[in-house]
Amino acid sequence: MKATTAIIEAENIKRIYKRGAEEIAAIDGLSLTVNRGDFTAFVGPSGSGKTTLLNLLGCLDNPSAGKLVVNGRTVHENGRGLSESQLTRIRRELFGYIFQKFYLIPTLTVLENVLVPFTFFRKEGAGQDVRQLLKKLGLEGRMNHLPAELSGGEMQRVAIARALVNRPEVLLADEPTGNLDSERSLEIGQVLKKLNEEEGLTVLLVTHNIELARTARVIIGLKDGKRSQAR
Amino acid sequence: MKVKNSQKISLFHIAWKNLARKKTRSLLTVVGIALATWVLISLFGFNSGYKNSLDRDIDNLGFQMLVVAKGCPYEAATLMLKGGTGLKYMNEDVVRLIVREPEVESVTPMLMQVVFDPNKGQSGGLTAFLGVDPASFPRLKPGLSFKQGGWFTDPAALEVVMGYEAAELEQREVGDLYLIPEKNIELKVVGVLGRSGTQDDGTIFLPLQTLQKIFGQEGQLTSVGIKVSKEANLAEFEEKMFKLPDVQVVSLTQVKTTIMTLVSTARILVFSIALIAILISIMGVINTVLMSVMERQKEIGILKAMGALAGDVFRLVWLETSLLCLMGGVLGAALALGTSRLTEYLIRKLLPFAPSGGLISIGATLILTAIGAVVLLGLLSGIYPAFRAARMRPLEAIRSEEE
Repeated sequence: MKATTAIIEAENIKRIYKRGAEEIAAIDGLSLTVNRGDFTAFVGPSGSGKTTLLNLLGCLDNPSAGKLVVNGRTVHENGRGLSESQLTRIRRELFGYIFQKFYLIPTLTVLENVLVPFTFFRKEGAGQDVRQLLKKLGLEGRMNHLPAELSGGEMQRVAIARALVNRPEVLLADEPTGNLDSERSLEIGQVLKKLNEEEGLTVLLVTHNIELARTARVIIGLKDGKRSQAR
Repeated sequence: MKVKNSQKISLFHIAWKNLARKKTRSLLTVVGIALATWVLISLFGFNSGYKNSLDRDIDNLGFQMLVVAKGCPYEAATLMLKGGTGLKYMNEDVVRLIVREPEVESVTPMLMQVVFDPNKGQSGGLTAFLGVDPASFPRLKPGLSFKQGGWFTDPAALEVVMGYEAAELEQREVGDLYLIPEKNIELKVVGVLGRSGTQDDGTIFLPLQTLQKIFGQEGQLTSVGIKVSKEANLAEFEEKMFKLPDVQVVSLTQVKTTIMTLVSTARILVFSIALIAILISIMGVINTVLMSVMERQKEIGILKAMGALAGDVFRLVWLETSLLCLMGGVLGAALALGTSRLTEYLIRKLLPFAPSGGLISIGATLILTAIGAVVLLGLLSGIYPAFRAARMRPLEAIRSEEE
């Protein structure tokens, strides 16, 4: 048991993009702490910095300034960050990712797609419960199907299974229902909520969909790279 | 499918499935590599096959040197191996000058004559007659066996011995009569040779004196075969022969060199074509794999987000390249083996001189070397696409398609 419950701590982080001579702050001095077991949704208009923030917290990108500590390890401080391979090692130990598009390999079956992460890395103890995981996500009868034979909601559930197969501590979901209708969106929301409540999985969700955001316990609003409101 | 604890997807499986996504593109790339491999294997197979056949033909001649009338060395080489037109004659007195040399073990005088036979094939063809000395020729050619009959009964007999193919073509057996075209002289078939796989198969042999008389070439020869004793210094003996008037000496080494010089021109041309084909197929591989990488940028980003290191991605893309090349190499080798007879037929039509026997020799070593070389080239050509894929940062890769 770790001394602190915080798994991600961001302190005055910034992400600045350069467009010619102009500097655009996608994230502008934002501080927040994500504790183990949190289910937080980031909402806001397009360009508010939600996805950029999720990428920074999930070690897919490096901040331009500020301090970022993940699982007790300083990932970035005073303009200096870890290398890509060091970030990869943190990512595969801690995070699972799902995106608006599912990016399943079309020629692999559902089961094979879910097992792909093991080709590159297998966390100790992971893989014991793949069948159980697929059953929990309602995919038990679809294991040998190809992605093209699935509905959008099923494909996203396969992507969730793939993200969870290595038992991550944090699931990062970037617009996971962007390609789904409202009924399927709420279905995915319920899956995430269940994983959070029953498994204690930390979930960070970026969405435009306010109904989906309401499945989270905490909603953080963003505008111009800064917090706008909180629940 | 039962999920086991140890279950995982191998890198090979992912690479294979990736190639299966764009079947037509992968197939075309494999076919490109296969064609290049085919040319490569056929070329090297031809190189060794031709040389082996030439060596065997020359060894079967039964003598190490041939004395011919002064003239073109290429004609002399062709005459030595295949007979030919444009024959030059020398007086048979030359035999006496040759046999007095101590290095000479035995000699055999020969007269070659060629006539046009209008009944040969569909539109006529040339028939070669070789006048040989019944006493010395069989001694120098102990390898010749008879399917039927034997050598001539008399040095001036009106008899012929037919090579295996000549007898088949003319449908003659021992006891039959053979009419020399244009001369209207009938000869009795006294022997039919067994198949030797050399130019002897297509030749019709007559006693030297008989042939000289029929063609009005009394006292004339086209060549003298010389068997030199084992202890003799060939170079010194050649020097002596060069001093004989109006004749030239063609040694086996010279013949081999002359023929290989003729063939090397064609070989260089084919080798250049093979090289271009290989370069084109390598460009095809680079293009295919690079396109595949660019199309899958986002997916590669996801793989990296899921924990794949740069080395993992590099290996995956490299494996895809190797698989394409391996499949192309194996298909090309199968093509080369399957079409070797056709290739040989085409080469025989193109070459100025082709020895008898197999012209293309494709062995296991050649096949494995060629496939190995193609895979190695594939690995080299896969470096750039694999490097491009490996250095992608996950976020940039995921964003790429949206831009």
